[in-house]
Amino acid sequence: MDSATISMRQMETVDSGRTISPTETPRAVLTCDDVSIYYGSFRAVNEVSMDIGLHEITALIGPSGCGKSTVLRSLNRMNDLIPGTKVTGTISYHGIDIYGKDVDPIEVRRRIGMVFQKPNPFPKSIYDNVAYGPRVTGMKVDSMDDLVEKALRGAALWGEVKDKLKQSAYGLSGGQQQRLCIARTIAVQPEIILMDEPCSALDPIATARIEDLMLELKEKYTIVIVTHNMQQAARVADRTAFFTAEAAEGNGDRTGHLVEFDLTTKIFSNPSDSRTEDYISGRFG
Amino acid sequence: MSTTMQSAGPSRQGGLRPSSAPVTLRSANPRYGEKVLLGFLMLAAAVSILTTVGIVLSLIFPAIAFFREVSIGEFLTSTSWTPRFADKNYGVLPLITGTAWTTAIALAVAIPLGLGAAIYLSEYATPRVRKIFKPVLELLAGVPSVVYGLFAVAFVGPVILKGWFGIGVGTYSVLAAGLVLGIMIIPTVASLAEDAMTAVPRSLREASYGLGSNRMRTVLRVVFPAAISGIAASIVLALSRAVGETMIVAMGAGSQARMVAAPTEEGQTMTGFIAAAALGDSVQGTTDYNTLFAVGLTLFVITLLINLVSIKLVNRFREVY
Amino acid sequence: MATTTAESASTAPLQAAAHGDRDSRSLVFLGLLWGSLAFGIFALGVLLVNTFIEGSGRLDLMLFVNYTSQLFPGKAGARAAILGSLMVIVVTALLAVPLGVAAASYLEEFASRENRFARFVELNVQNLAAVPAIIYGMLAAGLAVTVGLPRNTVLVGAIALALLILPVIIVSTREALRAVPREIRQGSLALGATPMQTLTRQTLPAAIPGIATGTILALSRAMGEAAPLLLLGGLVFVTYDPNGLLSGFTTMPIQIFDWAGRSQIAFRELAAAASMVLLVLVLAMNAVAIIIRNKFTTSR
Repeated sequence: MDSATISMRQMETVDSGRTISPTETPRAVLTCDDVSIYYGSFRAVNEVSMDIGLHEITALIGPSGCGKSTVLRSLNRMNDLIPGTKVTGTISYHGIDIYGKDVDPIEVRRRIGMVFQKPNPFPKSIYDNVAYGPRVTGMKVDSMDDLVEKALRGAALWGEVKDKLKQSAYGLSGGQQQRLCIARTIAVQPEIILMDEPCSALDPIATARIEDLMLELKEKYTIVIVTHNMQQAARVADRTAFFTAEAAEGNGDRTGHLVEFDLTTKIFSNPSDSRTEDYISGRFG
Repeated sequence: MSTTMQSAGPSRQGGLRPSSAPVTLRSANPRYGEKVLLGFLMLAAAVSILTTVGIVLSLIFPAIAFFREVSIGEFLTSTSWTPRFADKNYGVLPLITGTAWTTAIALAVAIPLGLGAAIYLSEYATPRVRKIFKPVLELLAGVPSVVYGLFAVAFVGPVILKGWFGIGVGTYSVLAAGLVLGIMIIPTVASLAEDAMTAVPRSLREASYGLGSNRMRTVLRVVFPAAISGIAASIVLALSRAVGETMIVAMGAGSQARMVAAPTEEGQTMTGFIAAAALGDSVQGTTDYNTLFAVGLTLFVITLLINLVSIKLVNRFREVY
Repeated sequence: MATTTAESASTAPLQAAAHGDRDSRSLVFLGLLWGSLAFGIFALGVLLVNTFIEGSGRLDLMLFVNYTSQLFPGKAGARAAILGSLMVIVVTALLAVPLGVAAASYLEEFASRENRFARFVELNVQNLAAVPAIIYGMLAAGLAVTVGLPRNTVLVGAIALALLILPVIIVSTREALRAVPREIRQGSLALGATPMQTLTRQTLPAAIPGIATGTILALSRAMGEAAPLLLLGGLVFVTYDPNGLLSGFTTMPIQIFDWAGRSQIAFRELAAAASMVLLVLVLAMNAVAIIIRNKFTTSR
């Protein structure tokens, strides 16, 4: 199964035939069409439509409570774990509805990995943290040692941990733990990595390292990141989606929706919606 | 701002050509092993239901056979219980008075002492003191009940009640058994009541101090009422324990089934009768044997009613916090 | 005594009201509270000391190597009961631990809040936890008769005790699972692990200390329980070692009950000596459980 993923990725590279820069139009790897998300009867997010470009970094920004994390979690069905969640509209991955009838959420999450706000390494050794994903998904691996090394190198952590692979992951610093979580995610060779405010628990130096890492990772992966740090979005993202929450008619519940989605340069220099402009210039939020 | 404009308008301006790489998101393998394992987990959960059903079935058939011989009216109203004598009488009331006495005495010991210990541990004790004394107090519930039974007959009855206090009790008495039973269930009251009081929000206490109340007033007027459903649950649970406990009363309260009028008397409880009768050589299928199950069913129904009250209280306490 | 406690109490975090805590009514109140706790602990001490004094004369080798005897209490021992207790507890653990952990895993990790079956199981567990122990004996006896097994066997005794402690194991295992951070589960699922893999490889291993604590406490309760076994009949006079699942047996609590009910004083002494052995075993299990719990809670 994973070999299929790899060949598929190679095919995509052949298909586009060159490195993709944000000024060219990439293909959409994920497509949201009129996606609304409900918790019980409460509509948390209303009718979001946006495309996630292959090998791009897409940032979701907006004030807290605007539904950006909810949207992110719906992209790999992590919100299935919250009882009472319902998604309407369509989220397609390479044209396949990920909420479709025959779709296995386990397969969705294997291809669309996730890094969380708070580093959450497993209470195991550094090595076992990275090897866990390949083991449970039954990847055929020639040498687990090589795979672990490759993943740790990919997350720019190898140099710091190569002599203590058997030690507990809890001994690492917060920034190292977060990079371990990224290493763990890329070890299962996903196509897309979702990141939910991955730097919010980290200091500026650790944050800078993760941002550099993201720019490296996008050569191979597609990244969607939720951030409340606008500078971060401006620094790393190719495209940016601005969300806000407004009270729905009738009751006081605030429902999030997508205000504007465009190239990051456009959003930050010449937004078409006044609310976007207000937010990025710090007038609200 | 109309929502239709949201979805169709500006957000689509960066619309990309969809990729249609050949991928599948179907399950890579059917994972039969996991389905079997999940089936085992559900089966294990179902064991609890089967246990309840099994208890009801194993009690009800011999009990029905019993009530073919003895009328329910006699069973519930006659004040004489002599199933082993030539003149057989099957009135369960003597056993119920035995149980009522031991239970009442036990609760009279366990409620004040258990609540006192709970208040001390939750409101006054330093974390260090609590960490040491709470597990020690809980050891009281860990002592085997036969050891308590021996303590009742060998020490509490003859030495403490008769020797020190000069109370006219014989070898066996509902008083000695009830007192020891009460000691055993102190932790039952204390544990749940302490949880309930610890769960009372700090802000409530601070509000009370802010109004100039001292700690005692705060405990009695604020914390205690706020924790009342948890405290009630702890008492009901202790009641259920006391009614169902067997070995202490079988060893300490005696084996004469008669209407108990005073705590110094001997008396047989429902559980005490079942234990004593089980030791006899009743042949399965005889009325003698079925008597056991009729009493067992009575005991089960009584504790079931108590448990349902306690479950309701516990669930309410959980909802509040 | 009351003054020293009042002082230690005022060093507790809630200092706001310390000024009003020294009037006489407050001190009496505090004295009563302190007395309540002290009484319980004092009673435990008296029970232990008294049992030891009464039984010390027979805490000898014969207690461990000899069988019981009707005629010679001076030479009687609890050999069959000690072996029987150990054997029954092992079989009880083998039955109750897998079932309890599995049921708790299902309720905690797989069943949603709206799942009617799971809610009904929960109600049953809550109720069974408070069903009198002796009723489980009647169940086991009924079960044995139904399937045609002899009642007074190790297997039937272990079934009675396993069903008795199953609710305790389920409840404590659920608490242990609930204490495992949600982030661990999310991390595992986000890598493409199935919920079952997440349970067996992450959540359950992380919950082991909590499960062990609850299980050991439950087994120590089963070890000291006599009531359900009385219903199996024929357990009070056993003078051979248990040698299999379908072997006859007795246990320490049953043996103590039998000896304590006999009129000769020598049997009383024997009962107290055997009680000491049982207490040491049960309290040791409790101590191990508390140590695991303390180690677990401080390390997190």
